Amino acid sequence: MIVNDTKLPDLPPPSSTSGIIGWLRINLFSTPFYSVLTLVVGYLLWSTLIPAFQWIFIDSDWVGDSRDACTSGGACWVFISVRMDQFIYGFYPETEYWRINILFVMLALLIGALIYEGTPKKGWIAAFALTAFPVISFFLLYGGSFGLEVVETHKWGGLSLTLVLALVGIVASLPIGIFLALGRRSNMTAVRSFCTVFIEMWRGVPLITILFMASVMLPLFVPEEIDFDKLLRALIGITLFQSAYMAEVIRGGLQAIPKGQYEAADALGLSYWKKMGLIVLPQALKIMIPGIVNTFIALFKDTSLVLIIGLFDLLAIVQAALSDPKWLGYSIEGYAFVAFVFWVFCFSMSRYSQYLERKLHTGHGAR
Amino acid sequence: MSEENNSSAMDISDKVMIELNNVNKWYGNFHVLKDINLKVHKGERIVVCGPSGSGKSTMIRCLNRLEEHQAGDIIVGSTVLNNDLKNIETIRREVGMVFQHFNLFPHLTVLENCALAPIWVRKTPRKEAEATAMKFLERVKIPDQAHKYPGQLSGGQQQRVAIARSLCMNPEVMLFDEPTSALDPEMIKEVLDVMIELAQEGMTMICVTHEMGFAKTVANRVIFMDGGQIIEENEPNEFFNNPQSERTQLFLSQILEH
Repeated sequence: MIVNDTKLPDLPPPSSTSGIIGWLRINLFSTPFYSVLTLVVGYLLWSTLIPAFQWIFIDSDWVGDSRDACTSGGACWVFISVRMDQFIYGFYPETEYWRINILFVMLALLIGALIYEGTPKKGWIAAFALTAFPVISFFLLYGGSFGLEVVETHKWGGLSLTLVLALVGIVASLPIGIFLALGRRSNMTAVRSFCTVFIEMWRGVPLITILFMASVMLPLFVPEEIDFDKLLRALIGITLFQSAYMAEVIRGGLQAIPKGQYEAADALGLSYWKKMGLIVLPQALKIMIPGIVNTFIALFKDTSLVLIIGLFDLLAIVQAALSDPKWLGYSIEGYAFVAFVFWVFCFSMSRYSQYLERKLHTGHGAR
Repeated sequence: MSEENNSSAMDISDKVMIELNNVNKWYGNFHVLKDINLKVHKGERIVVCGPSGSGKSTMIRCLNRLEEHQAGDIIVGSTVLNNDLKNIETIRREVGMVFQHFNLFPHLTVLENCALAPIWVRKTPRKEAEATAMKFLERVKIPDQAHKYPGQLSGGQQQRVAIARSLCMNPEVMLFDEPTSALDPEMIKEVLDVMIELAQEGMTMICVTHEMGFAKTVANRVIFMDGGQIIEENEPNEFFNNPQSERTQLFLSQILEH
C-alpha cells in the first residue's frame, strides 16, 4: 500500500526552455535542419527587406511639386503627394471637397465609437450608422437638395468611390446574405428553391461578367426612359454577388449550431424569428466571423473591378495618373501606394475580427 | 395501479393534464410508437423506462412537438396538439423540458438563459423576469453562478440551470429526457435532489430516466416501454417487486443486478 501525504512544491521550468536563449533554441534552432532553414530564411529576408526599406524610406523623395524633385534614386513619393487630392476625391469639384471630408470625419467617429468598448448606447449608434448615415451620405455626396450643388456620380472617384462601393456592399450584403441563408434552410419549398436558385446563379458567374451585364446589357432590357445610374447598377451587382457568397458562409454557421439549441428554443416556446434572432444567429455569426470578414475583405478588394466599366475607383484613378506624360515611369510608386491603402483597410478589418472573436468567446464545453 | 396505493402524501387531482389516445409515429418505415395510450393527471410523477430504442424519448418529445406524431390524438391541458402553430406555441409555453445534454444557450449568461423566454414569450418586464430567474436559481442552489456563462459551469450545475430555465416559464408540466445520463456520477445526486424537491412541491412530471432509486422515491407510476409499446404500467412498489411481463422482468434484472 502507498500513501503520500506530502504535497510537492511548484518549481520554475528549466532555464533552457525559458528566456530569450530558450525561445531561440525552441523556435529557431531546435534541430540542425531547422538551424539551416533559419539561416537561409534570415539571409533571404535580409537581402530583400533591406534594399526595399532603403528604396521606400531612405533614398526616397517626399516633398516637391514636380518630378524634378526626385533626384535621390529611390521612390518618388512626390508623384503621390502631388496627386493626393485626385486619388482621394476623384473628379469631384474642388470647391465641394468639404462634403466628402465631413463624411470621412463622421465615418471615422462612428467606427471609433462602435469599436471603443466603453461607448454608451452602442445600439443606437449602430442603428444610426446603418440607417441615417447612408441617407446623409447620399444627400451630401450627390447634393441636389438643401442648396447643395448636384455632383453626378460619374464625377465620383478615387478612394471615396472605393469606400462608397465597399461600405454599401458590406452593409447591404450581410442582411441579404442572412435572409438568403435562412431561406435556403427553410421548410417552405418555394422559399427554399428561390433562395437556392438565387445563390447558385450569382455564385456561378464571375463578378466581371455581372458588372458588364449591369453596365452594358441591363440598359438593353429596360425601357429608355428609365435611366439607371451606372454607379447604382454596379452597386446592385456587387451587393447581390457578395450576398450570395455571404449566404453560403452564414449557412455554414447555421449548420454548425447543434440541433439541441433549436430544440431548447422550441421547447421554451420561442417563435421562428425569435429563435433565429436570439439563439441561433448570434451563435452562428460568432463562429462565422472569420468567414464573414474574409468575404468583406474580398468584397473590398473586388470593388477595384469596377474600373472595367469605366468607374474610377482608387486603382483606376492611380492608373490613369500613371499615363500622365509629366509623370511617366513612376508606376511602381503608384501601385505600391494603392496596395498599401488597400492593405491598411483590409488588415484593419482582419485585426478587428480577431478582437471580436476574443471578446465574444464565452468559454469551452458549451453545447 | 390505483392511486390510493401511492405511499407518498403528494396530491394528485382529477384534472387530466396530458392525454394520449392511440398515438402512432413512424420514422420512414420504422414504426417507433405503437398505439400509445396514456393519461397523466395534474400532480402525477411518472417515470418512463425501457431499453434504448424503445421509443420512450420519442414519446415525450411528441408531447411538445419536437417530434411530430402521425396518428392518434395528443391533448395537453385543454389544447389539442395539431399542426396549428398557435396550439403548438400554447402547449410549449405550458410544458417545460429538460434535455440530456442541457442545451443551455452558450452565448448568454446563466441569468439571461433563464430570463430569456419569460421576456420574449411571456412579455414579462426584464426586471421582473430577472428577479424570478434569481428566485429559481436559488431554488436549484446556484444563485452565485448567475452571471457566469454555461461553459464555465460543471455538468451538474448546467443541468440545474436548465431546470431553473424551464421553471421560469411557470410550466404546468415538466418533461425530463434522461436528465442525468450525460452527467459524471458524483453530479447525478445534485440534479436528482432538485427533481425530488420539485416533485414534492406537486409539479406534474414525466421523466425518462434509468435512475430507479428516483423512481422508487417520487414516482407514483412507472411505465415500461419496449419496441415502441407501453409494456407495463404500475405503481413503483408493485412494478419493482412484482413485475408482470417477462420483458419487464428481464429489463429489471439487467439494470438492478449488481
